[in-house]
Amino acid sequence: MPYDEALERFEPVLGLETHVELGTASKMFCGCPTAFGAPPNTQVCPVCLALPGSLPTANEQAIESTIRIGLALNCTIATWCRFARKNYFYPDMPKNYQISQYDEPLCVNGYLDVEVDGRTVRVEIERVHLEEDTGKSTHVGGATGRIHGADYSIVDYNRAGIPLVEIVTKPIEGTDRLAPEVARAYVTELREVMRSLGVSDVRMEQGSLRCDVNVSLMPRGSSEWGTRTETKNVNSLRSVERAVRGEIERQAAVLAGGGRIVQETRHFHEDTGQTTSGRSKEEAQDYRYFPEPDLLPIAPDPAWVESLKAALPELPSARRRRLQDEWGVSDLDMAAMHNADAIDLVEATVAAGAPAADARKWWMGELARRANESATTLADLPITPAQVARVTELVASGALNDKLARQVLEGVLAGEGGPDEVVDKRGLQVVSDEGELMSIIDQVLADNADAAEKVRGGKIAAVGALVGGVMKASRGKADAGRARELILERLGVQG
Amino acid sequence: MSAITRDEVAHLARLSRLALADDELDHFAAQLDQIVGAVARVSEVAAGDIPPSSHALPLTNVFRPDAVRPSLTPEGALSGAPAVEDDRFRVPRILGEEE
Ligand SMILES: [Zn+2]
Repeated sequence: MPYDEALERFEPVLGLETHVELGTASKMFCGCPTAFGAPPNTQVCPVCLALPGSLPTANEQAIESTIRIGLALNCTIATWCRFARKNYFYPDMPKNYQISQYDEPLCVNGYLDVEVDGRTVRVEIERVHLEEDTGKSTHVGGATGRIHGADYSIVDYNRAGIPLVEIVTKPIEGTDRLAPEVARAYVTELREVMRSLGVSDVRMEQGSLRCDVNVSLMPRGSSEWGTRTETKNVNSLRSVERAVRGEIERQAAVLAGGGRIVQETRHFHEDTGQTTSGRSKEEAQDYRYFPEPDLLPIAPDPAWVESLKAALPELPSARRRRLQDEWGVSDLDMAAMHNADAIDLVEATVAAGAPAADARKWWMGELARRANESATTLADLPITPAQVARVTELVASGALNDKLARQVLEGVLAGEGGPDEVVDKRGLQVVSDEGELMSIIDQVLADNADAAEKVRGGKIAAVGALVGGVMKASRGKADAGRARELILERLGVQG
Repeated sequence: MSAITRDEVAHLARLSRLALADDELDHFAAQLDQIVGAVARVSEVAAGDIPPSSHALPLTNVFRPDAVRPSLTPEGALSGAPAVEDDRFRVPRILGEEE
C-alpha cells in the first residue's frame, strides 16, 4: 500500500534495538584482541571458544563504558545487577549460550532527544545492557548465501565475546508520518553520542553499530498496539529509514486486506527496500535465561558513577546548540550542516582561523557540490579544514575572488597541492595592477561599443555585460567590483 | 498432581534438540515433576526476608583490566574441531527445512 494511504488508515508504533560493539582493546570476558578484519580464528582462546574448564572474567573498561553510555542517555544506573545466560542452539556462540543481561540491566529508564523536521522528539530508553557479540557464520551452498537453503556453515569466532551494548527504546508513539525519519534521526544521534563518548567506532558498514527495527500499526482512532515485527540488522542510516517505511507499507497492505501480522523476525533487503519473512520469533522463555553462575554480580559504587557522570564530555546536542550560538546561524542552516555531517569540518575550519560564515559557505556550497558530484562525503574529500581556512583567508585579503577560489579548491581536490601551491601553479591571482586592468577595460569597451553607449546614456544596468566581458577577458582574475567602478569612471557615469 | 505436562517436556526437548520417544515424554514429565517438587521445598523454608541468591560467595565487582593477552594459534584453536574449512569451524546445516 502506498505510504500516504497507509498513514491515512494506520498509526505506526516504533521500537529500536541498537547494538554497539565497544572499542575495548580486549574482549568482554577474556584477553583476546578485538581488531576488525583479522584472519579467521586468530583472536580466540579457551574462554571465548568455551573450552572445558575455562572461566570468564568481566572487562572493567566495558562495564565503565556501558555506565557512561547509560549516563549520557539519562538513565538510572543499577546499584546491583547480574549477567544472565541466554540459551539457544545456534553455532554462532561456541558455548550454546550467550552471556547477556536479562531482568537486571546495568542502566534503565533514560531518554534521547532527537530533532526531526524542526521539532524535538523525545525517544525514551527502556534499558541499556551489556552482553557479548557472537561469531560470524558464513553459509555455504544454497542460492543466496543465506542461512535458508544452506548445506552447511563455517564459523569464525574472532568476534565472539567482543563486548556489545544493547540499547532498547520504549515503544515510540505519535511520530505519525515522520516515523521513518525519527528512526533514522535516533540512530544518527545515538551514533554521535557514542562517538563523543569515545566508546565505539560505531561503523555501521563494519557492524560495530547495528540496528533492529520494530514496527507495528494500529488503526487510526485506536489506542491498542498491533502485533509487531522485528527487522534485523539494518546496516545503514538510510536503510533504517527505508526499513521502517517498507514495513509500514507492507503491514498496512496485510491489515487492509483483512490479514493479520505474524510476530516474526524479518530480513531487510538493501536492493529492494523490502523485508521478507525470517524465523518466527522465540518467546523470551524459550531462551531459559538464568543468572550467570560463572560471573559475580556487578555493584557499581555510587561515588564512581557520580565521578563518571561529572566527567562526561559535552554531548552532541549541547555542542550543536553552543556552536549554533557561536556561529550565529539559523536553525535551518544548522540542521542542514548537521544532515551534511559538516559540523565537525566547519568547526575545524573556524579553529584554523576562518570566519564561521565563510567556513560554512564553502563547505555547504562548493565543497558539498563537489562531494555530491563524486558521490562521496564531505569528510572524505581530499581537502583539510586548514586548507579551506587558507582559501577564505586569500579571499578576505583580496588575493582571490570567489571564482578564483573555486578554481583553487578544484586544484586542491585534484591533488595539485595546498591552496598556495595551486595559486602559484595555475597563476590564479586577482589582477590588482590597475594599469593592466585598465587596458583590459579599454579593449572590452571598444569591443562592446553598444553596451558602452547604453551605459553612457544612463542605462547603468548594462554595465553588467561589460563587467562580464572584463572577467572573461581576464579569465576570472579581475576584481569584479573594482572593474565596475573603473568602467563607470571611464564612461563618465556616476555609479 | 502433575505440574509438568507432557507438552512442556516435548517443548523443552525440542529447544534442547533432544529426540524423545512418546513413552520417554511421560517418563521425564514425572521425573521433572519430582525434581521441581523437591526444589520447591526450599521456598517453604525461606521466609520473605531471605532474598533469592544465585552465588555462594558474597562477592561483587570482580573485574579484569582491559589488557590483551595472547590468543591461541588458529591451528591450536581448530585442533579439536570435528570439521574445518578455510580456517573456520565447519558445522552442519543450522536451520532444518521446517524452520
Ligand atoms: Zn578469548
